[in-house]
Amino acid sequence: MSNKNIHKILSLSKELRWEIGDDFHDNLAEGIYADAADLVSNAVTKDNSKTKLRLDSKIDKIVTSKIWGFPIMFFVLAVVLWLTIVGANYPSSLLAQILLDDFHPFLKSLATGINMPWWLSGFLIDGVYLSVAWVISVMLPPMAIFFPLFTLLEDFGYLPRVAFNLDTLFKKSGAHGKQALTMSMGFGCNAAGVIATRIIDSPRERLIAIITNNFSLCNGRWPTQILIATIFIGAVVPSTFSGLASLSAVIGIALLGIFFMFFSSWALSKTVLKGEVSTFNLELPPYRPPRFWKTIYTSLIDRTLIVLWRAIVFAAPAGAVIWLISNIYIGNESIAAWVINSLDGFGFLLGLNGIILLAYIVAIPANEIVIPTILMLTVLVTGIAGGKGAGVMFELGSVNATADVLKAGGWTLLTAINVMLFSLLHNPCSTTIYTIYKETKSLKWTTVATIFPIILGFIVTFLVAQIWRILF
Amino acid sequence: MMDNKVKSVCETCAQFNANGLKKLGVNTTDFDFVVALAGNPNTGKSTVFNSLTGLRQHTGNWPGKTVTRAEGGFQYNNQRFKLIDLPGTYSLLSTSEDEEVARNFILFGKPSVTVIVVDASRLERNLNLVLQILEITDKAVLCLNLMDEAARNNIEINTRTLARDLGIPVVPTSARFNKGIPELIQTISELANNKISCKPHRIKNIPKNIEKAVKKLSLEIEKEYPNIPNSRWLAFRLLEGDTQIINALETGEFV
Repeated sequence: MSNKNIHKILSLSKELRWEIGDDFHDNLAEGIYADAADLVSNAVTKDNSKTKLRLDSKIDKIVTSKIWGFPIMFFVLAVVLWLTIVGANYPSSLLAQILLDDFHPFLKSLATGINMPWWLSGFLIDGVYLSVAWVISVMLPPMAIFFPLFTLLEDFGYLPRVAFNLDTLFKKSGAHGKQALTMSMGFGCNAAGVIATRIIDSPRERLIAIITNNFSLCNGRWPTQILIATIFIGAVVPSTFSGLASLSAVIGIALLGIFFMFFSSWALSKTVLKGEVSTFNLELPPYRPPRFWKTIYTSLIDRTLIVLWRAIVFAAPAGAVIWLISNIYIGNESIAAWVINSLDGFGFLLGLNGIILLAYIVAIPANEIVIPTILMLTVLVTGIAGGKGAGVMFELGSVNATADVLKAGGWTLLTAINVMLFSLLHNPCSTTIYTIYKETKSLKWTTVATIFPIILGFIVTFLVAQIWRILF
Repeated sequence: MMDNKVKSVCETCAQFNANGLKKLGVNTTDFDFVVALAGNPNTGKSTVFNSLTGLRQHTGNWPGKTVTRAEGGFQYNNQRFKLIDLPGTYSLLSTSEDEEVARNFILFGKPSVTVIVVDASRLERNLNLVLQILEITDKAVLCLNLMDEAARNNIEINTRTLARDLGIPVVPTSARFNKGIPELIQTISELANNKISCKPHRIKNIPKNIEKAVKKLSLEIEKEYPNIPNSRWLAFRLLEGDTQIINALETGEFV
């Protein structure tokens, strides 16, 4: 192929471009629309006489209205959460009964039977097995309820309406309206939310969406919020209202997360990520009745099992690490005790303690193991009975027993509130961090996305602790 | 479920040919043909993709669900087809990331067949993309999806007129209920094996002076690359000053 001829083509095209002037793009677009109109007038007939007022637009008028839009959103969120919290309770305790109370002692006696050395059975059964069992029994039920519910809403077509409602707020905070969709995905899993930001074209707005996705309370953190709220927030009101109080507390934290998301989007777009808000067309798709069983099936296979598998993969080594640091001694103290003591001072400043901070370090791979780690380490340090020995990750049979352990560990209402806040505001899990790196291909922005929420968490918990201590 | 259910008319038709069909999921090795799946966002492209491949890639009722290219495959009459689900776009004329992925694949990936999925109840708006794709490739089939919704909205489409005007086969489907998918597979297979020839519609309503310039330029391009199906589209892009296309011409990426 000779380059000469190609140059001839190119120079001819330049010449012609001058001849036809600037309107080429518009002319072509108009031509296409005119053709489309012709084609449609030949082939399509619409019987307008039979058209009733479309149900779709009736629904849209309500769910995107200025008055009802937001209350309906909160109501839907509350119903989904309530179904998740209430529905997960029973299967969770059943799984815990089977995996922790029945199968774990069986494995232990089996290990004794074949004369397995104590350190090996401790490492494998008390470390690896228990952490995996805990994650399954705590995570599987809420996920198996939350993900299908979320997917049903998605298939029905509600999510774009949420985006529509929130668009003005996003515009005001300098972010892209489609961030509403990625934020909603983040309520399931932040790594999934980060991947979903690909729907945002502008790199500036996409970075904002990635960095702030962590403020969507993810699936690994819902159980923590729910458990702590049930124990401590539910207890401060009369027992008839305790369920309502803990539900409100959890929704409050989720809304606080949305507030922080808007706030930091705004802060980012006013400082390091300055720029214009890009406009976009959001098509409100027709409502489509979801195909119920198919949706349940795909969301179980595609989401629940994948996320659960990931949690197991990360929980197994974490369980091993916990067992090791609690059973390897330097001088008179185990490594865990040593770290906890050195973190205690800083923890106090934040209204937390050394155990909680260490648990958050151990739980970087998976947020869902924070509570079991805290319980195990508390038992280890306070030496109270009720657990299964040093370095054993466990769940106590009842919420009351969990409360007793935490109170013995010196927890107050302040500790509980700050754990809930810190669970919302800390670094993303390692999977999400890795995903952010893969999506941004930038060490700098990955670091920002990792460090930024945790600094915010330190500031918020510090302020809450100081104000609390002055007031009470 | 009743076992002795009377077979529907479709199932007894020769086109149905369920025995010749094997869904291959993600297994796409040693394929004979590459099939691209293009269309506007939220037209049920991913659902069509799933019913063709037997995959259960998650679909969602919001535009822009498929952000990357998804691949899958099916086997029909002993021929293996590899299916690429392109991101949904409204147009190929601007330069956002999704549009580039879709456009580059149809242009450089040279699929054997391009399936253009459109929303039957929003045909006019969807045709914008269809007409652009038909300038790039001449082996395409229009998958008139969401026919159930169109019927609910009292929209009737004369598929024969549409097929004649567009110059490509038109297959009405309701992918969510697996309606029309066997016919679609049959059409894809016939197109790939050159049993159907298309005479795709070319954009007509263009001012005379522009049409003249386009003609002049595309003749020149055809001189250089005989047998190229999309000289007119290349002329459009060159007149627009599309640097990517200019580069591709210089490096000879088209041939």
